[in-house]
Amino acid sequence: MKPRTIADKLWENHVVHREEGKPDLLYIDLHLVHEVTSPQAFEGLRMNHRSVRRPDCTFATVDHDVPTTMNRETKDPVSKIQIRTLEKNCKDFGVELADIYSPMQGIVHVIGPQLGLTQPGKTVVCGDSHTSTHGAFGALAFGIGTSEVEHVLATQTIWQKRPKTMQIKVNGKLGFGVGAKDLILALIAKFGIAVGTGHIVEYTGEAIRNMSMEERMTVCNMSIEAGARAGLISPDQTTVDYLKGRRFVPKGEAFEKAAKAWLALATDEGAEYDRTIEIDADEIEPQVTWGTNPSMGASIGDVVPDPESFDSEEKRQAIERAETYMDLKPGTPIRDIPIDVVFIGSCTNSRFSDLKQAAQVVRGHHVHKGVRALIVPGSQQIKKQAEEEGVDKVFIDAGFEWRQPGCSMCLAMNDDVVPDGKRCASTSNRNFEGRQGAGSRTHLVSPAMAAAAAICGHFADVREIVKVH
Amino acid sequence: MEPFQTFEGLVCPIDRINVDTDQIIPKQFLKRVERHGFGQFLFYNWRFDSEGRENPDFILNQPKYANASILVARNNFGCGSSREHAPWALQDYGFKVIIAPSYADIFYNNCQKNGILTISLDADKVDRLISASQQKSLHLTISLERQTIIGNGIHDHFDIDPYRKEMLIKGMDDIAVTMGYEEEITAYEQKHAIKS
Ligand code: SF4
Repeated sequence: MKPRTIADKLWENHVVHREEGKPDLLYIDLHLVHEVTSPQAFEGLRMNHRSVRRPDCTFATVDHDVPTTMNRETKDPVSKIQIRTLEKNCKDFGVELADIYSPMQGIVHVIGPQLGLTQPGKTVVCGDSHTSTHGAFGALAFGIGTSEVEHVLATQTIWQKRPKTMQIKVNGKLGFGVGAKDLILALIAKFGIAVGTGHIVEYTGEAIRNMSMEERMTVCNMSIEAGARAGLISPDQTTVDYLKGRRFVPKGEAFEKAAKAWLALATDEGAEYDRTIEIDADEIEPQVTWGTNPSMGASIGDVVPDPESFDSEEKRQAIERAETYMDLKPGTPIRDIPIDVVFIGSCTNSRFSDLKQAAQVVRGHHVHKGVRALIVPGSQQIKKQAEEEGVDKVFIDAGFEWRQPGCSMCLAMNDDVVPDGKRCASTSNRNFEGRQGAGSRTHLVSPAMAAAAAICGHFADVREIVKVH
Repeated sequence: MEPFQTFEGLVCPIDRINVDTDQIIPKQFLKRVERHGFGQFLFYNWRFDSEGRENPDFILNQPKYANASILVARNNFGCGSSREHAPWALQDYGFKVIIAPSYADIFYNNCQKNGILTISLDADKVDRLISASQQKSLHLTISLERQTIIGNGIHDHFDIDPYRKEMLIKGMDDIAVTMGYEEEITAYEQKHAIKS
């Protein structure tokens, strides 16, 4: 048989119906649901007297809107209605919900893998673009809109035109103090935010193989920021080891059997992609974005670029506009940019290893005067683990706020908002205008770089700080 | 979904690349549990200042574009968040057709599901539409059946996937169509012993 990519295998395994001139009808194995993009979908089912076809393949949680304060009180009446609505919908349609008091609650893309709901070989959808995160396991995972959420609820399938395949090969090794976040930011800075449009991207190469599952999730998470339909990594022993013993993963002999099938999904030797691009991990430095989309980034040693140095009028205009919004002058060294707020959290970087990395930088230091710094763990389980291992204390002693899990300042739908005109070093994934609050200015960084900025009050090279102590 | 036939309307240009869905509808308006009423929040942070006053410089606030129903935009329109609130807001505001050189994948699908026609056109043709509509009022007639854009000396042809075209013209309900494949879905589930 002709060698196949994992994308080809996953696709072919899920075709329910194929017909010339139409998209394929694909079966969906796991549908994750949250409060913001589902109310209209459930309402649609009700109006048409339809039910949820496979409640057992559907799992819901609350994350986008929820307060992250310790008492979890929702002050905003409209958010309250949205959260209540999901509770009612799950009850009416028989869908399991990890509500705000559940020990399983957390950001949807953090809890799926953590609970072992996400597994290699599955198709995973969610009304959220960062569903690409789950591709780290070798699952075909992509974000969908609310009409499609309704369609999947009703039929457990989705119509999809087959995307092309793209290999992103990451050669070499990441250096000391350089993480998965720096890799994906550098990649998007190099190739742009539309490089993956219409493609399923598979990340390959030495640097990817050396990564933990949590790091792989950070990379796949931001596939959508490169425009890709989905991001994938072929399963290997790291994948299998991560999943073993998790709540929804088969046990005993069934696990051994599953693991064998998972490993067989990996891309075959010699399989062809529609397109391949490469990047050298060795050359990547800690990254900081300076603009209003994720491709507008630079290394910590660089300066804010001059719009005149770009080749097209379209780009010059976009960069000028971004620098005006960000209130940055061309030529300013990145490390001289002062910051007001630090946010460590989001589905990109709120996992236990992210928090631990940040804690390593913070230990023995204090948050710089005038800086507000928040740690928002991705899930209850992560929060608990951090508290058991004393990681929370490192942050609290250093003057950070220690919060309850949720999306929080990643999109600022709850009370965690960056004030108008203020600058935030954020471990999230989007630096669009107003993303963290109207008039807010976002700089995307890794957890270690965010921690360094919190201590210094401006951006700093984490490699120098960790070396010093 | 309403069937899409021939459509005639006024063009409003948004002369920017990479317009993301956070700009089309900012997150503070995603808390509603209904599908309608999002038009008032369209491009909110561009249309209004922090006190809620209209920004007279933003194109949608200029009187000559008051009744626009065809949006012409630049590359990678609708990137970022998957929020279907973006097409809902565009539609509720009155936009029925979008013309741009390229779109983000999820946004493109979301428009289709709501009966908004998203036309992909060569960048130079889009350029011409943008400058024409900046100079004076540009009315266009768009025939989905014939795949043409006509008006003020413009006569362009556009390509569209035949299946998308059929779905739009017939205004078909996706779910009802899929339910027609019930037997195949059940057979798939049995063959693969789908368990949660
Ligand atoms: S953390 Fe941010 S990007 Fe991730 S799901 Fe929540 S809002 Fe979306």
